[in-house]
Amino acid sequence: MTIDAWLKAAIEDAERRGLPALKPLLETLARATAALRAADFNDRADR
Amino acid sequence: MITIEEFGRRLRARRITSAEVTDECLRRVDADNPRLNAFIHVTADEARRQAREADAEIAAGRDRGPLHGVPISIKDLLDVRGLATTAASRVREGHVAARDAATIAHLRQAGAVFVGKTNLHEFAFGTTNEDSAFGPARNPHDPARSPGGSSGGSAASVAAGMALATIGTDTGGSIRIPAAACGLVGLKPSLGEVSIDGVVPLSQTMDHVGPLAQTVADACLVHHALLGDAHAALPAPMPLHGLRLAVPRGYFFDVLDPEVRARFDEAVDRLRAGGVHVDDIEIHHTAIIAPVYLHIVLSDAAAYHASTLDAVPDRYTSNVRIRLEMGRYVLAEDYVRALAGREVLRREVDAALAQHDALALPTLAIPAPPLGASTVQVGGAAEPVRNVMLRLTQPFNVTGHPAISIPSGRTTAGLPCGMQLVGCRMQTDALLRVALACEPQIALGFPRSGNVGG
Repeated sequence: MTIDAWLKAAIEDAERRGLPALKPLLETLARATAALRAADFNDRADR
Repeated sequence: MITIEEFGRRLRARRITSAEVTDECLRRVDADNPRLNAFIHVTADEARRQAREADAEIAAGRDRGPLHGVPISIKDLLDVRGLATTAASRVREGHVAARDAATIAHLRQAGAVFVGKTNLHEFAFGTTNEDSAFGPARNPHDPARSPGGSSGGSAASVAAGMALATIGTDTGGSIRIPAAACGLVGLKPSLGEVSIDGVVPLSQTMDHVGPLAQTVADACLVHHALLGDAHAALPAPMPLHGLRLAVPRGYFFDVLDPEVRARFDEAVDRLRAGGVHVDDIEIHHTAIIAPVYLHIVLSDAAAYHASTLDAVPDRYTSNVRIRLEMGRYVLAEDYVRALAGREVLRREVDAALAQHDALALPTLAIPAPPLGASTVQVGGAAEPVRNVMLRLTQPFNVTGHPAISIPSGRTTAGLPCGMQLVGCRMQTDALLRVALACEPQIALGFPRSGNVGG
């Protein structure tokens, strides 16, 4: 799942659950996730 | 308030009693707790009973060791049999602990006197102690400011002389942050060394139990008692001359209050003057520290809180509830990446320590922040309080290395600053020997914190 797709779905779910205050926190989490995925230690199946 | 070491000397010389010192702590609780809100529950009658029993045992020749008769406060996250463990949350209304946490049982065996349960950030999930069902704890050095967190009430209780030491927990810095903010020593032992049985978890893979105390020696005595080794003698300090410290630059100094930086630099100068060899080093992969921490802690906490988030969401404080909810959105694949990153960071810190006795860095990047502040100015930029408070301590919860905060002076406004020393994994005693050596040299430039208030 791409981070953009995950973030869109997560924000929609939070709003559906009546938790709009989650949006900025989810955006922070998305940035942290992007940093994790970009790190040089991640294994890849094609390497 | 006297130190545990001094208390022990006077107790065994029959120049003081546990009952007298316990009464003095309780007098300070009566005088100052209304304005500091350090305690959620004060166990005055039980403390006086324990103190009388401790005195009777000494009179009868039974000595349980260095903590015999010592008044201690306990973060209200640890089970004490017969008492509620509130975790500063309405979620746990009606709870009563059926038995002691493993560490509390060890303290009881060591003869400690329990003064009461201290305030904290709800479920230990925060750095300021503001989000508590019992209201915020306040910093004895300036009650308009946070005592740090999450063990904020614990730190306030010792800084204000309401106890000689206290037991805290540390998942991202919750012992070391309040220790630095309140001018105390705070020890996070090596991961897994001290039992977390009977402790309400935040993240069971990063939670630690440890002491906050007035001196390194006192912290060492309490640490050994927590391990169940109540009669352990203090280890000898490492020889100061020739000690090798590494200062990790880059990330660890990028966001730092100028006065905190100045107090750290002065402390390093004093250590160098004492013969300590200090090298600047780089630790790599620091950009993933916060992402790794966030993914693991959020996931662990969300798993523990899932059922109550669904059943009784309104019993949480709003800030804690919303952060716990965040963890329910972490993807499994990213959690696994965080576990891999954790190993990378562990190896980085291991490598940094290969040629040195300890790392040295500031503990808390800012002085204690004002209560209610969501951002603070650091070097001309507005920084989120939570992020900046966790920045220098959370790396060692991720990696599991033992770390201790030692007072390193005060700002011009009189707010305490702390220096953090980090040792090799599973070598907490070696770190304590380093800290015992460094503490008096660092303190040459300023008087010991002492207690405020009362």
